[in-house]
Amino acid sequence: MLLVLAAVVACAGATFGASAGAAKLKAPPTEAQACGTKPVTMQAYFETGFPDPINLTKEFTRQYPNVKWHIRQDQFAVITQNAPLTLSGPNAPDLMRLPQMSGLVHDHLLKNLDGYFKQYGWNKFPASQLLQLRAGASGRPRGVGSLYAVGLNYSLTGVFYNKTLAAKVGMTGTPQTLAQLDALLAKAKAAGVTPIVQFNGGATGGLLFPLQQLMAVYGPTTPINNWIFQKPGGNIDTPANLAAMNHLQQWIKAGYFNTDANATDYPTMMSKFENGDGLLIFDGDWESGNLDTKLPGQVGFFLMPPLKAGGKHAAMSAPLTYGIAAKAKHADCAAFFSNWVSTNAKARQINVSVGGSNPGGPPSLKIPFKPGTLVAQTLAAGGVVAKENGAMDFIANATGAIYAQAWTPEVQKLFAGQEEPPNVLKNVQSAYEQELKTGA
Amino acid sequence: MLPALTAYALFVLWPIVKTIKYAFYSWDGILPAKWVGLANFKTVFTDHQLLGTLGHSLELIIFFSIIPVTLGLAVATVMNRVASRRISSTARAVLFLPQVVPLVAAGIAWSWVLSSSGVVNEVLKAIGLGGVTRPWLGDFGTALPAVGLIGAWVLLGLCTVLLLAGMSKIDRALYEAAQLDGAGPVREFLSITLPGLRNEIAVCVTVTVIAALSAFDIVYISTRGGPGYATTVPGLEIYQLAFFNRQVGLASALAVVLMVIVILAILPIQLLTRKDGDS
Repeated sequence: MLLVLAAVVACAGATFGASAGAAKLKAPPTEAQACGTKPVTMQAYFETGFPDPINLTKEFTRQYPNVKWHIRQDQFAVITQNAPLTLSGPNAPDLMRLPQMSGLVHDHLLKNLDGYFKQYGWNKFPASQLLQLRAGASGRPRGVGSLYAVGLNYSLTGVFYNKTLAAKVGMTGTPQTLAQLDALLAKAKAAGVTPIVQFNGGATGGLLFPLQQLMAVYGPTTPINNWIFQKPGGNIDTPANLAAMNHLQQWIKAGYFNTDANATDYPTMMSKFENGDGLLIFDGDWESGNLDTKLPGQVGFFLMPPLKAGGKHAAMSAPLTYGIAAKAKHADCAAFFSNWVSTNAKARQINVSVGGSNPGGPPSLKIPFKPGTLVAQTLAAGGVVAKENGAMDFIANATGAIYAQAWTPEVQKLFAGQEEPPNVLKNVQSAYEQELKTGA
Repeated sequence: MLPALTAYALFVLWPIVKTIKYAFYSWDGILPAKWVGLANFKTVFTDHQLLGTLGHSLELIIFFSIIPVTLGLAVATVMNRVASRRISSTARAVLFLPQVVPLVAAGIAWSWVLSSSGVVNEVLKAIGLGGVTRPWLGDFGTALPAVGLIGAWVLLGLCTVLLLAGMSKIDRALYEAAQLDGAGPVREFLSITLPGLRNEIAVCVTVTVIAALSAFDIVYISTRGGPGYATTVPGLEIYQLAFFNRQVGLASALAVVLMVIVILAILPIQLLTRKDGDS
């Protein structure tokens, strides 16, 4: 399994290496060169509720005692609203969890990391890992241009299932086609088990998880990524996406989701799933470590099956994005830390065991995990997606406000039967174009 | 006097002036702003979503203002006439309690109460009304009234206490004279209590209407404006536009429009009260 993953990412790395072949490869800076030998306090701004980055900073300090961390934490929505002011302020963070970065690049608030890319030889990383962190000088399109952020790890989405309920409804294997998944959902419904528990309440549009997976079943991922990366002519309102939206509507009408999805937030969904209140959730591998701890051996994972047997798999796969403020006082040390996270054996072990996701970095490095765990399953699935070139960014990341202002209300209306699939896509596309016009 | 005026000018008047100024610009909060004249105001009055938020605010007046003031009058009258001093004090404290509870805590507690497995639905199931249960804050038809209910719960105590205080100032001799003339409780209420409470009612209506029009915290905590746009109010939209869409100019224009609407709604109430006081 590891060999497959390594081979896959190595291939991706080779492709990128060709394009960055001109980069000079010197010895990367040491910690003393990057952070100095005197005591230094790094200013960090992290997301509340995710212990992985904090554990990494603790381990970093253990290895390099002259570096201490002052960590401010907020919920992601608060970070999103604070990002421009925080990054432009007098105490700009050295390392910060980033929301959608186009606007921040546009306003020159993020440090261009191309220099570090060369210094640390990040051309050895698979190109696909860093693609979403690149942007043009004006912030758009994304996916090309300079590097403005790093990934602390790289997540993957798919379908988690409760093994006890799976046995109850007669699920003998993971679905290999969309039709088999449909049949599984129907079986669960008939057995009196809620087929899918999904969050979609308040400010959260959790139906985007199954929706985007369905989009990639009905069509290729490239147009979806082009739309997310704000490439010219990007359009979400395509026949393939409409087919996906119609399929999602069929699931809603068939009663496959928890009836209170529009009042269910993310923690409630997790709590319901952990309590055995539903067979499936559409979610990401950041929960793998958590589920391995809380429900050891009781949860399985599969990638969204393709339309036809033997077809390619696709999944949302995105870096846990961190950036360095353009005004950061210890930018070099932050870059050293970012490189250390991807390359240090202990850091990679923390990243996998706590974060549950692929730690990234050069494909030649081992990914440390326990065989037989859910983490192992999701990491293997990541290998499949990489091999089949099926990685997509999240459609929620297309612009700064598209998730809150368009996707979330629209999929909530779809769930309530107040909006039809064609209108959802039209309205989202219209909001997207409006945002591109105003530069949000 | 001067320190107070300075603080008022610095923290109230200056931000208002700045908001009005921003309303005429297109600005993302970081890069230089661009003058756009009245374009932001045109958007406020032509964008159906922004207009919808103003409509929600007007609907919330029913729950934040009309219900608490009406119920407050009824509760205060009953407490004033019927209840013993001890019961009256206890009831007053209980009713006023929501004013003491932070709105964020109230919002969270009510979202539990109104959730699909919350107390409201459990009670409905227990009395055989399982068919009407639903996630009240996640249903398009009930989300706004449910948010309004939280507001009514918070403001009922304030209105009741204010009106009770007003009732204690009404001369008891007026009631005795009315009773001698054969007036019943309804006549007493309409002819003595209600006119005697005009100032208190004006205060209640003013405070609650402002609370309805500028609602933010309860909505933010309980629904974040969802499902869809069903509970989006101007306060929330201003926040979204400024901090997520980074359209500070448009957010400012909506804030200015909201301020004008609040003044237009409050001014007649204040004028009526003053006129009454003068006469």
